Formats: sequence, C-alpha cells, structure tokens
Amino acid sequence: MMERKALAPGLMIDGFTLGERIFAGGMGSVWRATHPDYALPIILKIPFFAPGENVSAIIAFEIEEMIMKRLSGPHVPKFLGSGELADLPYIAMEFVEGESLASLTDAAPVAADEVARIGQLLARALVDVHRQQVIHLDLKPGNVILAKRGAVLIDFGLARHDKLPDLMGEETGLPVGSAPYMSPEQILGDRTHLESDIFAVGAMLYELATAKPPFGIPNTRAGLKQRLKTDLATLAPALSGLPPGLAEVILRSLATDPADRYPTADHLLFDLNHLDQVVVTDRSKRADGGVFAWVGQMLGRPGEAKRTSSRATSLDQRFASAPLIMAAVDLSRGADPLAEMVRVHVRRVLAAEPRARLACVTVLRTKLIGEDKPTDDAGRPAYIGRLVAVKDWARSLNLPEEKVSYHVLEGVDAAAALIEYAHHNPIDHIVMGARASSSLRRHLGSVSSRVVAEARCTVTVVRLGGGGEADETPPGPDSAPDES
Amino acid sequence: MRLAVLTDIHGNAEALDACLEHIASVGVDGHVILGDIVGYGPDPGYVVERVMELQRRGAVVLLGNHDEAIADGSGGMSELAAEAIGWTREQLTDEHKAFLAGLPLTHQDGNTLFVHASARDPGDWNYVIHRLHAVDCFAATDARRILCGHTHRPILFHQIADRPVEEFVPKPNTKVPFFKARRYLAVIGSVGQPRDHNPNTCWALLEPDGLTLNRIAYDIDATARKIAATRLPRWLGLRLYEGR
Repeated sequence: MMERKALAPGLMIDGFTLGERIFAGGMGSVWRATHPDYALPIILKIPFFAPGENVSAIIAFEIEEMIMKRLSGPHVPKFLGSGELADLPYIAMEFVEGESLASLTDAAPVAADEVARIGQLLARALVDVHRQQVIHLDLKPGNVILAKRGAVLIDFGLARHDKLPDLMGEETGLPVGSAPYMSPEQILGDRTHLESDIFAVGAMLYELATAKPPFGIPNTRAGLKQRLKTDLATLAPALSGLPPGLAEVILRSLATDPADRYPTADHLLFDLNHLDQVVVTDRSKRADGGVFAWVGQMLGRPGEAKRTSSRATSLDQRFASAPLIMAAVDLSRGADPLAEMVRVHVRRVLAAEPRARLACVTVLRTKLIGEDKPTDDAGRPAYIGRLVAVKDWARSLNLPEEKVSYHVLEGVDAAAALIEYAHHNPIDHIVMGARASSSLRRHLGSVSSRVVAEARCTVTVVRLGGGGEADETPPGPDSAPDES
Repeated sequence: MRLAVLTDIHGNAEALDACLEHIASVGVDGHVILGDIVGYGPDPGYVVERVMELQRRGAVVLLGNHDEAIADGSGGMSELAAEAIGWTREQLTDEHKAFLAGLPLTHQDGNTLFVHASARDPGDWNYVIHRLHAVDCFAATDARRILCGHTHRPILFHQIADRPVEEFVPKPNTKVPFFKARRYLAVIGSVGQPRDHNPNTCWALLEPDGLTLNRIAYDIDATARKIAATRLPRWLGLRLYEGR
C-alpha cells in the first residue's frame, strides 16, 4: 500500500494537483483539482476509510467508480480517472458549473411553467442515463445541477447498472436512498426499477410546485413506509393550482405501483412536452385496489422473489416494449393512398408492442419564418384543418386516447421540423411515406431521405406497392412531410 | 493474463470447435479446461484429442465427474448420464482413458482457484447453485477468485467483507468488472450442453479486472444428428436446442 500522504492543496495524485477542499464529511472529502491534460474544471472525490472497515463507504466508492466509468454524455460529469482502493482511492471528474436544483427547491414554490421546464430537463437527463443502462436510485435536488447544457445528475454512489452486479447487495434488502424522494419499491428493498427514478422526479416536481415533499421528511422506517399506503387523492389538492396536465404528470409519476407510472422517462418527457394533450384521469379512484394488491404482493414475497417480482425484464426489453412511435403523414392533398399505406405500417408496428405510444404528426409549410399564420379559405387558421385531418387519419387505428396524440408542425423546412420534433420528444421510430421520385425531387433531395439521413432514431419509409406511381408534381408551399 | 476458461465440453465437437475458433479470434494467453470433457456427446474421442493438444501447448486441464466415471464407474450418476458413460467408454482409446484418469482436481494460480465443482471436497462433486453452496465453497479456500463448472448454469457469486454473499447471472458477452475488495465465485456455463435456456455454447474470458461469458451460436443440427446416429439417448440431442 502506498504511504498515505496528508491531503492538502498542492498534493499531486496521478497527475492531478489538489486545489481547494470544497467539502468534507464523514464519508470523505471533495477537492478542486487541475491536470495538465484537461482544460475543464476538475474535482476529486476522495472517500475516507481504511480497507476492511466501513463497508458501506467502500461499496459506494465501488459503485460510483463502476458507473461513472461507463457513463458519458451531457447529463453526467465527465469521468477523468480513479485510484485503486488499496493505494489512494479517488474519483476524478469534471466539476459541473451550474445551479443546484436544491437552491430552487429551497425557493419553492416556483411557477408552473418553471416546474414543467425543470421536469423536461430532468426527464431528458433520465432518458439519456437510462439508455446507458444506469438507474440512479438517489435522485434528489442536491444531486441535480442545472447547467447550461441541461440537467446534470451527480453522485452515483447508490446507482445500479442493469447489466452488471448490484454491488449494493440485494441480500441485505434495506432501503437506501434519500427518504423524501425514495420510491415505494426501494423502501421494500427492490432496486431494479427505472420507475424509481421517475418517482423521484415526481417528488421533486411536487416539491418545486408546493414547497413541500409529497410525503414529508420521514426519519423512521415506519414513517418511510407510510407512502406505501398513501392515497394519491390526498396529494392532488396541493397541486390544484397547476395546469391539470402538469398535475396529472406529477401524480402519475408518484403512483405507488411502478407499473402505474410512466414505463420509461421517454414517455414522461413526451407528456411534459405536450401538457395540453395529457389525458387527465381520476388517479385516486383508479389506483386503489391495484395498489393494495401490489403492496401485498411485494410484502408477501420473501427473498429474491420479492425483489424481482414486478419487473423481470431488462431495461433493453423495457425500451423495446414501450417505444414512442411517430407517424409522419402528408395530408396536404386530403385522403391519400400513401397516407393510408403509412397507417397500415403504423398499425403493424403498434400491434407488436402494447405499451407503445403514437404521435401523429403532419407538417404545415410556411413560406417564410415569422410570416403570419396561414389561413384556409374561410379565414380559419390552417392548422385547425390539418389537426382535424390528422385525427381523422388516425381514427381507424382505434387507439385509446392516452396512447395517441396529434401534432401539426409549422415550418419552412418539413424535414427539419420532423427531425427536430423526433429528437425533442424523444421518438424511437418514425414511420413516414415516400412518393415515387421525380427529377426535381432528385435534385432537391426528398424529405424522407433527409429524415433517414439526419434523424437519430429508426425510420421506416413506406412506399406504395407496384413501383409504378410517378408523381411529377413539384412540391408546393403547402406540401407536407412525406411528399417526396 | 487473459485466460480462456472452458468447462463441461461433454464430447460436443461442434461446440468446442466454435469456442476455440472464437477464442483464437479474440486472442488469449492460455486455456483452462475445468473438466467433464466427455459424457453425453457423440464425439468423445475427437474432443479428448483436442484437449490433449491444448494441454501440450500449456493448457491447464482438470478432472470432472464424467471423466472420472470412465475409469471408476458411473455410480451415483443419473440413468441418462450413466448410459452415456457406458457408450462413451467404448469410444475411447486406452491413451484417452489414461489421459482422463491422470487429470488433477484443482489448480491454483495466485489468488485464483480452478475446480470442476465446489471447492468444498472437490472430489465429491458438490453443485454450486444457491448462495448457501457458494458460502460453503468460499469457506473451503483462501482464493479470492474461484472458477468452476458442473451445473451448466452460469452464475456469479460475490462477497465483500462479511456481508452476505450476493448472486448475479452474467449477461452474455458483457464483461463483469472485478473489485479488489470482493471475492468472486464464477460458475461457468457449459461448452457442450448449456442448461440455462440459452442453447449457445459458452466460454469465459478471465482477465485480471473482470470476467466475460461469451455465448456463441454453433451447428446444433450437426451434433444432434450425430447423437441420433449412435446408441446415445435421442433426448441428449434434442435438449441441446432448448439449452436444458
């Protein structure tokens, strides 16, 4: 073992030079640092323990190192290096500049718009981190930094990687996390649900909106377990000042049974992006019987059966079974064989995955950015006619209202509007049509080929069978996404 | 050191060849064979020859209970296994039998112990299936890392300090990192007769910082056809398709 030098500014550790100590606690200390290879601001987290002692601290260090090494992207601090347990354990990472969400919850209540905006940032971060197979499991305002690039999640010491062993120890089964934001299943020792993070987001948004965490700040196990029996109806009145869609999103995120929450953060983000289309339910009535059945089931099963009960599937299977599907249809010419063919393929995609959600999208082209809203012959805004048309297009799919939404995008550039929408929401799979090519389209590039080239998700391009239909009509100002 | 660890080949030539081909493409510093080279499968002679060749090139080869039964008889085995041992014995040369009879039960390399079944009384062929088996196995040795086979169902047990033993089923082709503060007991899946409902053959890549269970598709049709053409029970071929 390396001789343990006193930690002090100026000490060199594997090329990192310690600067100011910015935190010191029972579990360790956090230091600013510099390194000649990195221009970004750096911190070193240095846990405090002697090997063989204080197992919880060692486990938290193992977990954070294992998880941080495997995460990347804008919603986590950049991992820069780590030290051996037997020598000097540390984790070096980017110091994320920004505002802690805790300073916002301290100033709560905040305006509904701000609650929704922060919800979008949190959901966007979860979409990214969950796709990297990681469930955070200790989300709280103090572990979220609102940076210029979005929400950044920190402190992965209690996290779980879906494809790697849970180092926290399933055998002990004790709840770990932060009491106000901990999900019911975590309280029961189950660390397998991505919905636990969605619950924590719901709890944080609730606190932002009302200045109080939804279940108080319990400091006993009995107090913690109180939320297993809490009727969501008792939470609803405090949210009555919010737009109903936003209240619905928060309550759904806080459902006791994880199966009643959003299946993925993608679905949560989608609703937060379209609050006016959220179907408001009577959650309190709907939840009851199911919740008590679920809690009974969770409590009744000993050992591993309990911990793997509601979700024996992997995160990958979850993403596969609950995709966000986007149908992009050209309705500028009214009823259209190609739009019908797109619907045939959409139906096929939806049939395979019962938890899929469909966004029906059409583009209303405008000539110039910022021009007056186009109107129809009767002087009504043109998008209303298009909205009617897109709902009519979807009708025969017979989807329940909470599984489908309708969107008229307005823009000069149809492809760009579709790509932006798909990225923003975040769509897994676009189904759109392509018309037979013409020399003009070959020259300009078709909308579908640009979407295929530039969208980050899967794209199915539907063509009419037979290959005969030559359509030489050049795209007009009002032609929509799949016209080319 | 990067080691390829193979176990429970059970006379399955197609599965072994698929593994060795994949291992060659990945590149390793050595091979360890954790026993049960023969039994069940239609090509015991070919498989023993290949394993002997690996041993000549430096591989560690251990004894399994089926290998032992060739010389010592099949007492204590299931009827199916005993029937296959009887047939297998007829297929092997004296040289093959002498090779199998001379194999050791365990091999320790630094902190790592290799063994066919549990490290607790290795010659008793105790299965490692549940946590309690793992507790017994850990208690029987000082090794920090133990690799075994015998059950045909891959699972990884790990333990830190005096916390309870934890278990994890490794995901195919995904490296599980090792942590220095932990002990590990890895039950490697079978090359020749997987029983974890994944019919693909299995070999483990053991590195200083982690373990990867590689699962490779192989020509099950060919193996099953060969089994059907022998006096071996047909079920031994059919089960390969289901991985059970």
